[in-house]
Amino acid sequence: MALREPQCPILKKMDLKDKLVSSFMAFENQVDIDTPVHDVRCEAIKTFEEKGFPSKRDEAWKYTSLNSVLKHDYSVFPKTENAIEFRDIKKYFIHDIDSYKIVFIDGKYSSHLSQTTHDGIDVCLMSSALSKPKYQLIIENYFNKAATKDSLSSLNTAFSQEGAYIHIPKNKVVEKPIQVLHFSTGNESALMLQPRNLIVVDENSHVQIIERHQSLTDNPVLTNSVTEIFANKRAIVDYYKIQNDKQSASLIDNTFVKQKRESHASVHTFSFGGKLTRNNLNFYQEGERIDSTLKGVTIIGDKQHVDHNTLVHHIEPNCESHQDYKGIFGDSATGVFNGKVYVNKEAQKTNAFQANNNILLSDKASINTKPQLEIFADDVKCSHGCTIGQLDESAMFYMRSRGIPEKEARALLMFAFSNNVLDSVKIPEIKQRITKIIANKLGVNLGFDL
Amino acid sequence: MLKINNLHASVEDKGILKGINLEVKAGEVHAIMGPNGSGKSTLASVIAGKEDYEVEQGEILLEGENIDELAAEERAHKGIFLSFQYPVEIPGVSVTNFMKTAINETRKAKGLDDMPANEMLKMIRQKSEMLEIDRKFLSRSLNEGFSGGEKKRNEIFQMAMLEPKLAILDETDSGLDIDALRIVANGVNKLKSKDNAVIVITHYQRLLDYIVPDFVHVLHNGRIVKSGTKELAHELEEKGYDWIKEEVGA
Repeated sequence: MALREPQCPILKKMDLKDKLVSSFMAFENQVDIDTPVHDVRCEAIKTFEEKGFPSKRDEAWKYTSLNSVLKHDYSVFPKTENAIEFRDIKKYFIHDIDSYKIVFIDGKYSSHLSQTTHDGIDVCLMSSALSKPKYQLIIENYFNKAATKDSLSSLNTAFSQEGAYIHIPKNKVVEKPIQVLHFSTGNESALMLQPRNLIVVDENSHVQIIERHQSLTDNPVLTNSVTEIFANKRAIVDYYKIQNDKQSASLIDNTFVKQKRESHASVHTFSFGGKLTRNNLNFYQEGERIDSTLKGVTIIGDKQHVDHNTLVHHIEPNCESHQDYKGIFGDSATGVFNGKVYVNKEAQKTNAFQANNNILLSDKASINTKPQLEIFADDVKCSHGCTIGQLDESAMFYMRSRGIPEKEARALLMFAFSNNVLDSVKIPEIKQRITKIIANKLGVNLGFDL
Repeated sequence: MLKINNLHASVEDKGILKGINLEVKAGEVHAIMGPNGSGKSTLASVIAGKEDYEVEQGEILLEGENIDELAAEERAHKGIFLSFQYPVEIPGVSVTNFMKTAINETRKAKGLDDMPANEMLKMIRQKSEMLEIDRKFLSRSLNEGFSGGEKKRNEIFQMAMLEPKLAILDETDSGLDIDALRIVANGVNKLKSKDNAVIVITHYQRLLDYIVPDFVHVLHNGRIVKSGTKELAHELEEKGYDWIKEEVGA
């Protein structure tokens, strides 16, 4: 049964916040309320109702305004299931490797495009995990235990129902990467999506996950996603995010990573467009000898906007964090980097590195970059650096004097600039794919893989 | 091959070249010498098509064709090569990938397909052996962390790969010890033929012991004030540049 959205007879268009708050009842009527998650959802909608959407008055949103994104009359429940043929979207998959796949179309799970498993590991749907008793323990222990109570995460929590559920029990090296893909088709004139993902990786296990958001339509799409990742003792989690390239699509990504001792977690974020992309990426190091890696490449133009808001919280001693974000901004594109590193008093011998390097290709493009280090321990190594510059003209002439045309020379320099982020991508097929996306974006064929 | 007529060029409204005339025929080696600030590197950059320089008067003809309006890459496609005095470091692009791109873009401009990978590898192997370049060096980022000598050797390696008609070596000897100088010079000599030409820009006579010029020109204050044969270079080495300045000033 399709959910009815509330209608307001007087105002033609309801405020999105009001619409969401009043939709909550209809949503709750649909899902099983006899679970602990019910209370979490109710609590969350209250928080959202109190706080509302963030505005530029909030320090963390000073350079990113949601106004233009919130003005659309979004459908907040996916209405119909949409069939897409694999051949039409094949290019958005990393299809040259064997992988598990969880595919959503307009927020609905697409079983014919997916390949899930329960064979030793659970790669399946959040909706099943929330409703089936066998997952209850994991849900109780982990669901909403990493996400913060900020308004957007709370909004997602209130409507949390569908997304990826991945549980890797201990001592498992998952050979095949897991792809989680979200497509929007334009079946609705404007669509809001709120995927909710939970990833629990137990002791000594290793998993690689690729997440992609892809709009196939010019209709506005707003995704407010929450992903909670738990890397338990000595687990290794590598997460790759490939973000929208459609001018009409916006994405607010809230990702929370909790790490236990000796675990390694990395998140690579590749942002190639979209009207507005906001990445709230939070790492919490809850043990010793943890390694956290946060890297990103942003290449945007037009009036696109990408905002990286990162947090690494060093709680225990002897841990490391590595942040490296590269941005290339053309036309009137704007970027934000706000990187917070907290080092607790107890977190001695912390090594925390942060770099944010940017190239502006036009006078109208801009970037606001702000490192924010709060260090309470006295025996630590923390460094940060940010640069903003143009493409090196002397390098351009050097390349052109060797017969490399301007466009290709530019592209090669941009590749070179992003190379150390691409270099740490462990799956060669992903690296190749991203190289290809970048080459397409720059309109060049370099004829080699970097 | 190359004919320069009454070339005037400036950078940011400052006149640097003030009427250069020069003719270089196929098979010839020309040396351009001169004191610091005389315009030697500017001349090299203007021939190669650096956009910072404004050509105000005169013309540059390559095999009879005026190349004034051509972009740097188009000049490269027509066979002009500039060995840089200060090769630019490009982190993230390996020497091999850089050469592959340069060669295939040049081929593309000529309507040819990409060079087959095995042929490319063979060529890279041959040319790097000729210049005594370690294979490991080829997978390193272009010029990044290279010593002065490695940078210059890499320039000549690129020249060997691109096989230009006209090579301009801008202060290729600076920063080279005697062994590196010999290797570089041997490389250039091996590449020399009756169909191509070389312009050697240098401050000192040293390099000209190895790459022997047919003609030597002295550049001073944006003009070629004296031309001669290789003996002129020896004279300059002995007497310095002051006597020329006096002769011209008189």
